[in-house]
Amino acid sequence: MTSLNGKWHIVLFALAGIMAIFLPLMVGRYFIHLAITVLFFGYLGMAWNILGGYAGQFSFGHAAFFGIGAFTSSLLQLHAGVNPWIGMALAGSAGLLLGLFIGYLCFRYGLHGPYFALAMLALAEMLRLAAVQWMSAKYPLGINLPILGDSLLHFQFRSKVPYYYIMLVMMSGVLYLSHVIEGKKLGLYFKAIRENENAAESLGVNVFKNKLVAMGISSFLTAMGGTFYAQYYLTIDEEAAFGTAVSIEVLLGPIIGGAGTVFGPLLGAGILELLSETTRNLLGGHSGMHLMVYGAILVTVIIFLPNGILGGLKSISKRYGRKGEEIREAYGDS
Amino acid sequence: MFTLPGLPLLLQSIVSGLLMGGVYSLVAVGLSLIFGVMRIINFAHGSFMMLGMFTTYWLYVLLGIDPYLSLLFSIPALFVIGLLVERFVIDKVLSAPEHNQLLLTLGVSMFIENFALFLWTPNFRAMNVPYIQKAGTVGLVMISFPKVIAFLFAIFLSAALYYFLKKTDLGKAIRAASEEKEGALTVGINLKRIYYVAFGIGTACVGAAGTLTAPFFYVNPHVGGIFVITAFVIVVLGGMGNFIGALVGGLLIGLAESVGAAFIPGQLKQFIIYFIFILVLLFKPEGLFGRSSD
Amino acid sequence: MVILEVKKLTKAFGGLVAVKDLSFDLKKGEILGIIGPNGAGKTTLFNLITGFIKPDRGDIHFNGDRVTGLRPNEICKRGLARTFQITQPFGNLTVLENVRIGAHNRISSSREATEEALRILEKVGLFKKREEFASVLSIGHRKSLELGKVLATKPEVILLDEVVAGLNSREADDMIKRLKLLREEGITILLIEHVMKAIMSLSDRIVVIHYGEKIAEGNPKEIARDPKVIEAYLGEEYVLATGN
Repeated sequence: MTSLNGKWHIVLFALAGIMAIFLPLMVGRYFIHLAITVLFFGYLGMAWNILGGYAGQFSFGHAAFFGIGAFTSSLLQLHAGVNPWIGMALAGSAGLLLGLFIGYLCFRYGLHGPYFALAMLALAEMLRLAAVQWMSAKYPLGINLPILGDSLLHFQFRSKVPYYYIMLVMMSGVLYLSHVIEGKKLGLYFKAIRENENAAESLGVNVFKNKLVAMGISSFLTAMGGTFYAQYYLTIDEEAAFGTAVSIEVLLGPIIGGAGTVFGPLLGAGILELLSETTRNLLGGHSGMHLMVYGAILVTVIIFLPNGILGGLKSISKRYGRKGEEIREAYGDS
Repeated sequence: MFTLPGLPLLLQSIVSGLLMGGVYSLVAVGLSLIFGVMRIINFAHGSFMMLGMFTTYWLYVLLGIDPYLSLLFSIPALFVIGLLVERFVIDKVLSAPEHNQLLLTLGVSMFIENFALFLWTPNFRAMNVPYIQKAGTVGLVMISFPKVIAFLFAIFLSAALYYFLKKTDLGKAIRAASEEKEGALTVGINLKRIYYVAFGIGTACVGAAGTLTAPFFYVNPHVGGIFVITAFVIVVLGGMGNFIGALVGGLLIGLAESVGAAFIPGQLKQFIIYFIFILVLLFKPEGLFGRSSD
Repeated sequence: MVILEVKKLTKAFGGLVAVKDLSFDLKKGEILGIIGPNGAGKTTLFNLITGFIKPDRGDIHFNGDRVTGLRPNEICKRGLARTFQITQPFGNLTVLENVRIGAHNRISSSREATEEALRILEKVGLFKKREEFASVLSIGHRKSLELGKVLATKPEVILLDEVVAGLNSREADDMIKRLKLLREEGITILLIEHVMKAIMSLSDRIVVIHYGEKIAEGNPKEIARDPKVIEAYLGEEYVLATGN
């Protein structure tokens, strides 16, 4: 049974991969943008998921890292001519440092659960307000990157297609990273911390250190996502960088798709984007509508599928798997 | 950036800070009650305040009802809304992990806020009630009439709630449920009903706060978001579940915010509130007055 | 050879003294039982030894090294592991994953840790349940899982907190047999237990704690006859009435 499952996974994967690679040839400009958005939020969701889904530390303020990343690479490009790819690495580092800093404080002083979530929200808001203040003087119209034309070197393209492939690579990278972590000691330690910190400590897990590792990976990746955003839109402002909307949209995907699973965030991002598009088409440009639907979905999922869609499927398959085994045992199969 | 205010401005900000603080206290007391009884951090608290504001707004604009009279409508209405939300939504996650509870209330707030956005557009509205839009001068200080009334009502309602919790049977049952759940069950208190009532009361408080602020604050679907964070700060500062803490905390924060604004420009004063929030969470999570018994 | 030394441990919570001037030695390879009426401070003692609480006064030495004040994970790394009175499984993880986490205390490789975990599961009788979520296990299986997790960490000394309580007669006998086997494999055991049958048949020596203080120490037969012990459990009147 298991070997058959394994084969299914590989076939499905290969098909998805081929579709993903050839997608731009099959669909128009509008759908490319949609696809990029799904991949983008999938990427951010997976980055969040490492700290939130696996290690169980739900952050309501990941916009802090996203914004730091976007601002770092953009300002460096604007003022010091730093190449955006290098800027991306530096952005990631900035995010990492911020993450380790706030992580150290929060974990050292035992902030957990909703208190940690709210502290992160407060951090993101503080950065946003500082940005508002600072930008009102120097960049009243937002930070606008110079248009340098079609160039891989300058991380700028006239068509959306190259952006699609870049995000496809980034997303696949984080997907693979999640998969690797999940199977190894690190992933298991994260989950132990999520489930029961005291029990984890008693079995030799250094809870503080591992939480910081999770935070570091998550903040580093999220910050790089900020750079991608800046290069895609070529402009950023404090709301797009540090706004609560960002923090919330980042975590919705994993929660709905399944926190603590590899594909959950991507699935969630896909569903949310689909919903958003549908409501936009059905009800016109009312900006709030898709958020209303998001709110309703969030409430529904939390009540009926607290582990998200993939999490719920795992439980159900386990229950049926067990029933199947009981039946087989009863009838003499094994 | 740092400007030193003169004495008149300082006095002015102290007074208006305290006045606003009274309203904050009412908001915080409601939030604290909900936490004290059910251990739920209610993210949707602000959106209920927004509903209170809009209730008063529409009653005035469409039916000409005096905003303070509309309290008679908004308080019971928000009580019922809160009770229903608790009964049908919040109740389902009372034994879920805490971050899921927070996510749920976040979802509720998103739904309510954006539903309001859909119904009433993102336009900023203001209630222009002629007899209210006055200000008087007491010595060096200019006092806004609607703010004084809001303060008086807020303090009155908080006091009424305090009396209710202390003296009435239902109030005592609520306090019992928040302090000693097992004991409360043993003496036959119906916990579920207590939860409904407590959530309803907490929501009614913040709805009333909305009614009271509508005359002088802008009315807009997003307005709840600002108040809810301030409420969180107050409740954490005053001690989660601590009534007096929420009351005093509200006044303190109102004061800090207003006096801070006199020294520090625009957005940064909110920055300070968040900063205090993180500091309290890190170093004195039980707040200045201590939590209600855990 | 003394493997664990507890010297004058004292811990108070607010005004309440939970453990007072408690001292005893644990010899390598022995099974030492800790008994005492409810609230006597036994679990607090375990929490102090394993680093979950810091003592106000006193010291703990493990294999000659001072371990007072170290964090629980560091203590586990040194070879001292404990179970919890109320079992603490990783609910949303499978039984196998639960034990793998313990195995990773000494093993880095995922594959090796899995092999070790499967071996341990076989030992504690949970192999068939390895793919179940820990949250659905019965109390008996939970206690076995608790033991399994601890064994996977390759400890020298294990502290068992009421690992027999709540089991039915057959499960209890199995557990007692298992513990005796562990001793034969060289593991030193310190156990808190209320089930008298278990503690009397397993322990080489027993320490009796009452109101946080040690009131008696000796082999099971001595302890059963000690008037101080009888008084602590059954009260002064019983001692006087039965002329002990």
